[in-house]
Amino acid sequence: MAQHQVNYTQSGGLPVALTTVDKILNWGRSNSIWALTYGLACCAIEMMASGASRYDFDRFGTIFRASPRQADVMIVAGTLTKKHAEFIRRLYDQMTEPKWVISMGSCANTGGMFNTYATVQGCDRVIPVDLYLPGCAPRPETLQYAVMLLQQKIRRESANKSQKAKRLV
Amino acid sequence: MMRPYVPKDNVQAKAYYTDRFWVAPRVPEEPVPEEGVYAEDLAAVKAKCEVLKAYIQRDQLVIYINPEDNVEVLRILKEERWYEMLSEMSAVDFLAQRGGFEIFYQILNLNTAKRIRVKCFVKEDQAIESVNPLYRSADWAEREMWDLLGVKVNNHPYLKRLIMPDDWEGHPLRKTYPLEGDEFAQWYEVDKIFGKEARDIIGPENRDPARVDRYDTERFARLGHEVPKGAPVDEGSATPVQYQEEEGVFMIEKFNKAPKVLDKRK
Repeated sequence: MAQHQVNYTQSGGLPVALTTVDKILNWGRSNSIWALTYGLACCAIEMMASGASRYDFDRFGTIFRASPRQADVMIVAGTLTKKHAEFIRRLYDQMTEPKWVISMGSCANTGGMFNTYATVQGCDRVIPVDLYLPGCAPRPETLQYAVMLLQQKIRRESANKSQKAKRLV
Repeated sequence: MMRPYVPKDNVQAKAYYTDRFWVAPRVPEEPVPEEGVYAEDLAAVKAKCEVLKAYIQRDQLVIYINPEDNVEVLRILKEERWYEMLSEMSAVDFLAQRGGFEIFYQILNLNTAKRIRVKCFVKEDQAIESVNPLYRSADWAEREMWDLLGVKVNNHPYLKRLIMPDDWEGHPLRKTYPLEGDEFAQWYEVDKIFGKEARDIIGPENRDPARVDRYDTERFARLGHEVPKGAPVDEGSATPVQYQEEEGVFMIEKFNKAPKVLDKRK
């Protein structure tokens, strides 16, 4: 049990904790980052492993959602082909603000080993990326660390800033 | 089944690449025997259509026909000789050598486990008749052939690109198609999503996997010339490299004196 020393003669007789709106909003946002189920290639297996019981994303509040309307973060897990590029942009546009993007693995970062005509050379050519995650494929610990870094990033942000127009990519 | 033993005693000492002009051995082509298992099949085809060339390769019959006869030959082989399965079909790019494509149909007789490969040659702008009415598996195979190689197929029920996007230009499996894509392919996603005017903002693709921009302090650390992340570094401005010896470290300075030269003999 936490030891509270409540001075019942002050504060209206209630235990009161003071904080800022920023902190409490970011506390909520950073601890319930719902991720879009977005497996494109073999990185998706690692993403699934991160969500399953051993690495257990649920304890970070990261729950995979099958709809972009309910998701906060898009984890681009795998090779982005040119045929699929318009759909990743559409899904990103359908996500509600605030939204973040984790580019997972070499293929999503730079095109990886697919230096070919059919692969987008880095998904940041199409959508703005917050976090680049190296590896081929990254282990679940790496993705876990990326989510923790994203939590830190969210906590640093100002929560009530007016939404700036996102840069093109 | 065990792999045959290959002695590996001297593998490290031997050069792994010796003959510069080594040519891969060709699979031998044997004549079709008169009494063989394929004699009746070949005779049935020869009775109605022209056979340009026929031989046995790896115990399978290969016949070359005229491209106009492809549906008729496959109909004979299917309905009279019971080759009821088209296991594979596609085309091979011979544009540089012979100005066309070699189309092959690999068919299988499920009762006798015999296989025949029917081949024909079409020029680049010559269309081939669809065999989809005979074999349903030719549907997607012909669409893929059209998509990736650009071989036109007549009377196909739904000739549309199978693998590449519908608005793609070019046929990527041709040997003349560059691996990293032509200009259309390289700007495809930018043009489609943002429009051509966004090309200047987004910039060309980085196709060099080892590229390090030494003036980009946002993404790359400057080893030996450390600056804070994101600090502006002008192109051309050299960060002064300072060695502690030049500053005059205590012991270094003591031992680094110029040798004393005597003016005159003592």
